[in-house]
Amino acid sequence: MEHKNKMVLEVESRSCNEGLARIAVAAFATQLNPTLEEVADIKTAVSEAITNCIVHAYEKETELIRIECFCQNKELTVIIRDTGKGIEDVKRAMEPLFTTKPEQDRSGMGFAFMEAFMDRVSVESCPGRGTSVTMKKIIGRQNSVFE
Amino acid sequence: MQKGEERMEENMVKRGNRLIVYVPRELDHHFAEQITETLDQELEKGIVRQLVFDFSATTFMDSSGIGMIMGRKRLLSCCGGTVSAIHVNDRIWRIMQLSGIYKHIEISQEAVWNRKMR
Repeated sequence: MEHKNKMVLEVESRSCNEGLARIAVAAFATQLNPTLEEVADIKTAVSEAITNCIVHAYEKETELIRIECFCQNKELTVIIRDTGKGIEDVKRAMEPLFTTKPEQDRSGMGFAFMEAFMDRVSVESCPGRGTSVTMKKIIGRQNSVFE
Repeated sequence: MQKGEERMEENMVKRGNRLIVYVPRELDHHFAEQITETLDQELEKGIVRQLVFDFSATTFMDSSGIGMIMGRKRLLSCCGGTVSAIHVNDRIWRIMQLSGIYKHIEISQEAVWNRKMR
């Protein structure tokens, strides 16, 4: 039988919500019976996307970040949307080590980590209107080294 | 605490020119900013030459943690100081490998057998 489920969560762009957001998505993913490694991958990727919304999209403003999670059979989809300033050049923003805020200790590794830990990452952005990051991961493909 | 040690904040201990930072359970943008604020006040005094991040309690780190460590490395390397990370677990080691930070700082994965030693 096909397994489907959905969760929508909105949090304010405060840094204290980064932990909340990644734990909520990880909790949603548990219905797919992920390994510990897969849970850690999901948490890292979500943390990167949420941090981007707070640091770059909204900068000093406090606005809402929308997190949509879907699961269909073995596939988890996480969409993280903001209505912030948007990205001028998405391809460049996704290059490892590229950052517009080196003075704020940003490593420029955010998108690289999302791509490393999820199967697929796509980014749509409109300058002045906002950004949405869609990440997909098939759960349960490999056996965890911990189990 | 041993003789000659000075506890700065809840999570920092200084002995001579060495400062040990006990990294929290989760090192993300939120906690990285908090550490940076107190740590930089100390580093600006110009006494610290060895900065050690102790990861024995840490189970989560993302790229904000990498940025925080590299930023402190930049501050210290201009006056010949060193930065290292100790008691790093497998997951955090993988994040450090992926980011390339392992080329810039010394990392030890040696496990902690007795947490009470802290």
